[in-house]
Amino acid sequence: MKDPFVLAGKEYQSRLIVGTGKYKDFAENKRAVEASGAEIVTVAVRRVNITDSGKENLLDYIDPKKYTILPNTAGCYTADDAVRTCRLARAAGVGNLVKLEVIGDERTLFPDVPATIEAAKILVKEGFIVLPYILDDPVTCKKLEDIGCAAVMPLAAPIGSGLGIRNPYNLRIILEHSRVPVIVDAGVGTASDAAVALEMGCDAVLMNTAIAGAKDPILMAEAMKLGVEAGRKAFLAGRMPKKLYATASSPLDGMIE
Amino acid sequence: MTVKLNGETRECRDGMTIADLVAELGLGAKRIAVEVNRDIIPREDYAQHRLHVGDEIEVVHFVGGG
Repeated sequence: MKDPFVLAGKEYQSRLIVGTGKYKDFAENKRAVEASGAEIVTVAVRRVNITDSGKENLLDYIDPKKYTILPNTAGCYTADDAVRTCRLARAAGVGNLVKLEVIGDERTLFPDVPATIEAAKILVKEGFIVLPYILDDPVTCKKLEDIGCAAVMPLAAPIGSGLGIRNPYNLRIILEHSRVPVIVDAGVGTASDAAVALEMGCDAVLMNTAIAGAKDPILMAEAMKLGVEAGRKAFLAGRMPKKLYATASSPLDGMIE
Repeated sequence: MTVKLNGETRECRDGMTIADLVAELGLGAKRIAVEVNRDIIPREDYAQHRLHVGDEIEVVHFVGGG
């Protein structure tokens, strides 16, 4: 079944986007990414460690020729810092795609909405393909879409919390109104959470800790791949309506007497 | 001459270019970005761009993140 995920004009087979943080080592990270089937991989932008700068780095394991690299602005608390980080990421030569996150609060890692909007405006103007991490707020998602973001990425729950989709009703409203892809970003804990997101009609899901923080990250990566696929297929299939009372599956005719 | 590289003071020789610095750090073939005094230097300019006393240089790359 051909059912590509189209993001900024490019087709992907996988609807799972994975992060590269918190892994034991690069080798485990690489195996988890492979097991997940993801084609888009998020990375962070940081200073090179000058004392051992020649050592191998992440992109020696995650080949940018094979994967679409999605640099994030994690750790940025102002629009200025986020924009600066995106410009650096682009200068490093992995393309125009950026995951914009402007954090507003250290404990919840919830986004600073006005700063995210401000940064998105600048970045879109500069030709970036902007994927903003944002609250599950339909009004803000609409604003980001109108600015020209290529997708909206509402959180399911706080980053790294693994709580699953805490506000499915808001997400439904976002899905109803959005003309750009809706990618659930952050808060997914296990495969059923990912399946629920896709089943609801989300276009893709982005996760890191749910895989990297599992006891067996490689196996969880595979579970997430299957969860996303199952959820997507269930969405396309159209679920049966919920009913309060039973309806028998077996015929009543021909019962023995 | 003294410059600041990724927040740390560093001695480098007069007339050094960014290409020299990147090579010295063993980063020639890596995907990195370089900022000098907040301006991003395009890769094609590394060989021409000379460093000056007191320059604040940032050299960044990609690390694991979500």
